[in-house]
Formats: sequence, C-alpha cells, structure tokens
Amino acid sequence: MLGGFSEEQIRRYSRHIILPEVGGKGQKKLLSSKVLCIGAGGLGAPIIEYLAAAGVGTLGIIDDDIVDLSNLQRQVIHGGNVGKPKAESAKQFVNNLNPDIEVKTYIERLNANNVIDIFKEYDIVVDGSDNFATRYLVNDACVITDTPLSHGSIYRFEGQVTTIIPHKGPCYRCLFEHAPPPGMVPSCQEAGVLGVLPGIIGVIQATEVVKYLLGIGELLTGRLIYYDALNMTFDEIKMRWNKQCPVCGEEPKITSIQEEIYGESCRIW
Amino acid sequence: MAVELDLKGEVCPYTFVKTKLKLEELESGEELCVTFDHAPAVENVPRSLKNEGHKIMGIEQKGEHLWIVRIRKA
Ligand SMILES: [Zn+2]
Repeated sequence: MLGGFSEEQIRRYSRHIILPEVGGKGQKKLLSSKVLCIGAGGLGAPIIEYLAAAGVGTLGIIDDDIVDLSNLQRQVIHGGNVGKPKAESAKQFVNNLNPDIEVKTYIERLNANNVIDIFKEYDIVVDGSDNFATRYLVNDACVITDTPLSHGSIYRFEGQVTTIIPHKGPCYRCLFEHAPPPGMVPSCQEAGVLGVLPGIIGVIQATEVVKYLLGIGELLTGRLIYYDALNMTFDEIKMRWNKQCPVCGEEPKITSIQEEIYGESCRIW
Repeated sequence: MAVELDLKGEVCPYTFVKTKLKLEELESGEELCVTFDHAPAVENVPRSLKNEGHKIMGIEQKGEHLWIVRIRKA
C-alpha cells in the first residue's frame, strides 16, 4: 500500500501520478471528491466516462430518462442498454470501467424540491442537461448553495461551455438573464445535433472539473467558450459579473428556489 | 538514516511511479535509497526525479543486475 494506493490503483492511475501537477496527492484528492452529473445524455456520457476513468471517487448521476436507440448516435456509454434507465446504464458503464468509483443514481427529475438537498452532497456540479428550465434551476441552486458549476450546452453544430464559481465570478444568469421566450429555440427533441459535438463540449467540462478538484491551471471562469464545429473555431466570450443579476447580483431577487420560476422548459422567466 | 524502498522485480514506468509515491511521504531534505534490478530504470528514474527537482546523491551498482539510487527529496 504505497502512499495508500493498492497495486492495481498504482497501475491504473500511473499516468496521472507521473504528472508533477497531479502526483499521488492529486490522485487522492480525485478519489475523495464527489461530483454530481446532471443528465446522462449527450453531454453526460463523456463527462461520466472521463470522470470515472480519472478516478473521481463519488459520481452522482441524475437522469429520469430511458435509453432510446436514437441516443446511441452520440451517447457512447449506453451501448446494449436500450430500454434501461440512463442513470442505471451509466452506473453499469462506470462499474465496468473503474471499480474504485462509487456511483449514486437518482432516477428522477431535478426540481425545485430536491435540488438543494442533492447539491449539498457534492463538491461540484456538472450540467449536461438539455433544457433551459433545468439549466437555470442548476445555476440558481449552485449560486444559492455556493457550489461550483461546469456549464455546457449544445445545439446542432455549436456548443458553449463555461465554469461558474459562485460569488467569485459571473454566473450563467449574469450573461443570459432569462431563458429565451417559448418557441424561439426548438426543444432538444426537435433539434438535430452532430453526434460528436457533445463529446467535445462534455470532455471540456470534465477537464474543468478535474482541474477544479486538483486546484491546477486556469478555469473557464468569466469566460465562455463558443465552439463552432462546422467552421472549427473556438471563440472566447468575456463574461462580467452583472451587479443586477437576479441571483448573484447586489440585490438578488432569487434568494431561494421557488417552483414557479422553473416549471416547464419553455416557460421560465 | 535514509528510508529504503525495494523495487526489485518492478519495471518502468512503475519504478518511477513508486519512487515518486514514496518520496511524497517524506519531508523535504530526507533521503531515500531505492533498489532496482531493471537496468533502464537506473537511467530513467534519476532523470525523471531531477525533472521534478529532486537531487540524485549517488548511483551504486551492487551486482550485475542490481543498483541502489540515493535520492534527496526537494
Ligand atoms: Zn449572476
């Protein structure tokens, strides 16, 4: 048990331990970390896959959906599991990849009533949700509970990703105060998406989570990467803290999670 | 007294990985003596350790396939 690692762990994590920025100490930090993944879909699949491989000790996975054949064009962890709950399928994938990881599944929808209690259990939240209602709920709950958040979203050939450290940098609402009005943006079910796109955005989110847990590098705080797969460009948009932000501003209007605000995906705010 | 680590039977890169893990348990300035019987490790491990700032105090050949590397932790 050199440094508290089993022989198997020394081999499994050797390429991490070799890195001066990680080492045995960093790997132990990862093994004792708790990360909550919102969604086990397009973004969730690569997020869960790489966080499990990296040895993030506890992974919470919340998803109330069932694996559908149409998911397998991009949700690479659900092979052979059509018809199963995605959270269960993801857990099975993680158990096969890395037995060190404890997986906690939540086969339910994140909502105003459960969000605070669930978030309290974790060091950081990764949002891989596919709708505005959840996205704003996650942002607001992270600000209120002071939980770091990796945000990612995808649409057709484009994706965006940023990291939110509440009260130390801007939040999602600082940039996009309210969700677009109903009908402006097609729901994820109606919108096409290039299958590899969530892989790129999700892996950037996983990278940010690992960096945050290790305390290394520069996070995407106050910066939003806008990725365009067709033109293969990564643009960086500066995000500023908005003093009038309804959740993290000087006089926030949202100080607790109230169900009315988040209801249906296209009816929020 | 130097701390000792026996890595006979171990090959690269685990020779370095295990030396590094042992060093993480020591205080700065403490010495570690590692025994190797894997010839490439005698070149590779000291080079990687120097990259991380540690000091190689000596490499001693004890037999045809047996070496002891003395390291001072940075
Ligand atoms: Zn804000």
